[in-house]
Amino acid sequence: MATPIELKPYAPQPDLGTPAAGGEPVSLTVDGTAVTVPGGTSVLRAAALAGVDIPKLCASDRLEAFGSCRVCLVEIEGRKGTPASCTTQVEEGMAVRTQSDKLGRLRRNVIELYLSDHAPSGEGRNALAELAAAEGVTESRYALGGRTHAGLPVDETNPYFRFDPGACIVCYRCVRACEEVQGTFALTAAGRGFDTLIAASQLDTFMESECVSCGACVDACPTPALEDKSVLERGAPEQVQLTTCAYCGVGCGFRAELKGGEVVRMTPWKDGKANEGHACVKGRFAWGYATHPDRITSPMIREAIDQPWREVGWEEAIAFAAGRLKAIQAQYGPDSIGGITSSRCSNEETYLVQKLVRAGFGNNNVDTCARVCHSPTGYGLKTTLGESAGTQAFASVAQADVVMVIGANPTDAHPVFASRLKRRLRQGAGLIVVDPREIDLVSAPHVRADHHLQLRPGSNVAFVNAMAHAIVEAGLADGDFIRERCEWPAYEQWREFILRPENSPEATAEATGIAPDTLRAAARLYAGADNGAIYYGLGVSEHTQGSTMVMGIANLAMLTGNLGREGVGVNPLRGQNNVQGSCDMGSFPHELPGYRHVSDPAVRGAFEDAWGVALQPEPGLRIPNMFDAAVAGRFKALYCQGEDVAQSDPNTQHVDAALRALDCLIVQDIFLNETARYAHVFLPGSSFLEKNGTFTNAERRISPVRKVIEPLAGHEDWEVTQLLSNALGYPMNYRHPSEIMDEIARLTPTFTGVSYDRLDRLGSIQWPCNADAPEGTPTMHSTAMVRGKGYFAVTGYVPTEERTTRRYPLLLTTGRILSQYNVGAQTRRTENSRWHGEDVLELHPSDAEFRGIRDGDWVGVESRAGETVLHAVVTGRVPPGVVYTTFHFPLTGANVVTTDNSDWATNCPEYKVTAVQVTRVTQPSDWQAGYRAFTERQEALLDAARSEAKA
Amino acid sequence: MPIPTRNGYVPALPMTDTELDHLVQMANDIARNLDVYPDAAARTADHLRRFWAPALRERIVEHRRTGGAGLSDTALAAVASLDA
Repeated sequence: MATPIELKPYAPQPDLGTPAAGGEPVSLTVDGTAVTVPGGTSVLRAAALAGVDIPKLCASDRLEAFGSCRVCLVEIEGRKGTPASCTTQVEEGMAVRTQSDKLGRLRRNVIELYLSDHAPSGEGRNALAELAAAEGVTESRYALGGRTHAGLPVDETNPYFRFDPGACIVCYRCVRACEEVQGTFALTAAGRGFDTLIAASQLDTFMESECVSCGACVDACPTPALEDKSVLERGAPEQVQLTTCAYCGVGCGFRAELKGGEVVRMTPWKDGKANEGHACVKGRFAWGYATHPDRITSPMIREAIDQPWREVGWEEAIAFAAGRLKAIQAQYGPDSIGGITSSRCSNEETYLVQKLVRAGFGNNNVDTCARVCHSPTGYGLKTTLGESAGTQAFASVAQADVVMVIGANPTDAHPVFASRLKRRLRQGAGLIVVDPREIDLVSAPHVRADHHLQLRPGSNVAFVNAMAHAIVEAGLADGDFIRERCEWPAYEQWREFILRPENSPEATAEATGIAPDTLRAAARLYAGADNGAIYYGLGVSEHTQGSTMVMGIANLAMLTGNLGREGVGVNPLRGQNNVQGSCDMGSFPHELPGYRHVSDPAVRGAFEDAWGVALQPEPGLRIPNMFDAAVAGRFKALYCQGEDVAQSDPNTQHVDAALRALDCLIVQDIFLNETARYAHVFLPGSSFLEKNGTFTNAERRISPVRKVIEPLAGHEDWEVTQLLSNALGYPMNYRHPSEIMDEIARLTPTFTGVSYDRLDRLGSIQWPCNADAPEGTPTMHSTAMVRGKGYFAVTGYVPTEERTTRRYPLLLTTGRILSQYNVGAQTRRTENSRWHGEDVLELHPSDAEFRGIRDGDWVGVESRAGETVLHAVVTGRVPPGVVYTTFHFPLTGANVVTTDNSDWATNCPEYKVTAVQVTRVTQPSDWQAGYRAFTERQEALLDAARSEAKA
Repeated sequence: MPIPTRNGYVPALPMTDTELDHLVQMANDIARNLDVYPDAAARTADHLRRFWAPALRERIVEHRRTGGAGLSDTALAAVASLDA
């Protein structure tokens, strides 16, 4: 049964005019109303808090006061003149008057001046027009037929918003938003006097400029000068609902704004604690995929993958799937099937899939796509600190004095967090970037890294050991913290290890490529900071020593006492929206929800009691184990929800062999993704706009996802899992995902305080949330480590076996780009492809010249695993000997090239190190030719199903 | 001969070598990374118990019984303790 949609009437977000202040309380009166506010608050904001709305145009509580528009003038008892309330701070006993004849005359005069040169070319919200109406200004005495900006060309180049200079009042809100909120500094005011115009970069169009299309300028604009095209096309929103972005692990709070049952705009929620009103080009604009014609909205089945799909009803599809699973288990045994959950799905959905596998399938063969991204984070942080999660809230970075970013590219992959980080860096915090590639943070507007440690791919552990060695050697270890908060014997064992000569900056320099002096300087900077914070990404985890590196990072934080308070910590930046949540929910084959091992009889007993079945006490298969077992003929069926293993997992040809070997592959997704081309059952999924649930972001923040449109295929994803479970004979009878969360809370100690009611009340909750922390836990390990005492794991450097040779002399590393997301299934179906229409290979000019490769050439990239072809970009961003690409397009076949090498502890693939040769070529690779043929065949089989359904 | 699947796909011969190769590689990787500890074999065995499915442990144990080709000394000792 579908849950009802609950929308609220549309109202704009409140704007108190200037940002909050934090001083000692100050009392004043505004138009006779008494109010007490923190010292440093503006009169404008104090008035708003007192319920008095002072007119404003250039002021916004997202931006520092500017004092330009002269509309927010007030009178203050005992003072001369009419100061701007936005730039005037409150004082004790101040008596403010916001209305008088004089103020009215001044305001109306200013409004008339604005109106004399204001000619919007289309509809849209317009604070100036609203203000004129409120003040009774119907015409301008200054509109005398002189020069105006009316009729200037409208910049329509950005696919999501337009800029109309005729409607612009040059209030600088857009310029300030680009600087203060986003930190890109792409906008400016060009020209002087009357000729002043808001300009992108050097009078470029928005698309040609440095604009990253975050939308902060559009949200800041008080007139229709900068306006969403979707609003211009479909009309102003009439309803609104709060929800959470389904893209990256920042987990931004959004307002879904609708008209007539259709989403017309996604606006970042100012009270969303992960993003505080900011967004990026993906979450703010790239939601059109949800209604893309490629969406599949009917269940489909087929006997074999070379047969046409047949559209069927839900009942038939579920019966077909359940019948196949039961028959396979009867023939090959209970362990011959399994399931994969996805970090793109909600907590409730992933919980239900792992429950179906453990209780319904009767085995522990469940895994999640975190296997291929952050599984080493889970292992490494659990081992050292006791909990498989980051330690801080995002807001904590505002207290950091030195930030070390390791193997992450926040401006592209976690852009809203990057804006927070850049704000802190502009205030003077130190920055160490550890990355083979020159990411944007190394040198951005008003941001420059103190050190860019351009280490060689695969040498992370040598680097982190050298850092620790240098810190201990320099006497910068925090002995008091270690003695109080960590296991002393383990520390002594580790200390003996780390001080060995092999871990010195000099000894490791050959492996890392980092000059010892530079490394020592970086070590001193981090260890010497009052608050040192580490943020890391997949450049840490996706290595054969991913888990070791995570433990090495945790060691650094413990060694320097940088845990347990704001401004410090160990912070994994998760790739997808619900990586943290999918792991929390027991998606790994060895762990039940809350990271508790299946072999623990007490934990297992609690789930057995609740679920009414006996559970296996042994770990199940990981994803790569499933693939191997499939090729070996022992693993026969897979239920894959919301994950595209055929594109995202390494060694594509091995994955291809495994998927072809399955007797039953059930794919649940919103599109016929790459994996679905091998499927026998396709169960149409629902986008984040079509269901209720929760996501948990990289800071452990559980945020509500709320349904705003009906599921296109008729069911929310959790309902589909429930249907399948019931058909298999394991009953599930949830009526709403809140009931699933209630069950999670009953069974998981870190979630006992979580409920939909509490989420509604608080907006979001950072777990642990229980009797000890009823409103959640922004900072972990504040008084003691979760494991009791921190554990210094000994992190021996074991070089990867993936080495360069004469045949494969270059190292390929992979990453992401701002406009595209993960395997691209969503963003490729939006206008975001205008920024990035294909994956390219970056290589250094010296490597290009040696091979006769020019910018834009087709190049073949060959590894021991396979070969692919893509366009070359010759750039100094990568060092000599290193090449780089992204994996957003399936035809790129980045994972055709990556190998089977994986993290020793978790089997997370080594995406970041592949030895390759690059050569100039003239045609696609054999794999790409085969891929095209297979794709065309599968598309024909899909078309056949659709044609048959229409007939 | 391998049996074709419903898809008509015939796995390459020998069917099980890829899996065994991977298991040997994985066991060696674990052992190499734990070799820094004096009790590396015990730690390796514990890791295998905690994270490997029983079927995989059985395969590697069986492989050791038939000579354990490719397994490092630490990995061999760890797998032997699983077989004890």
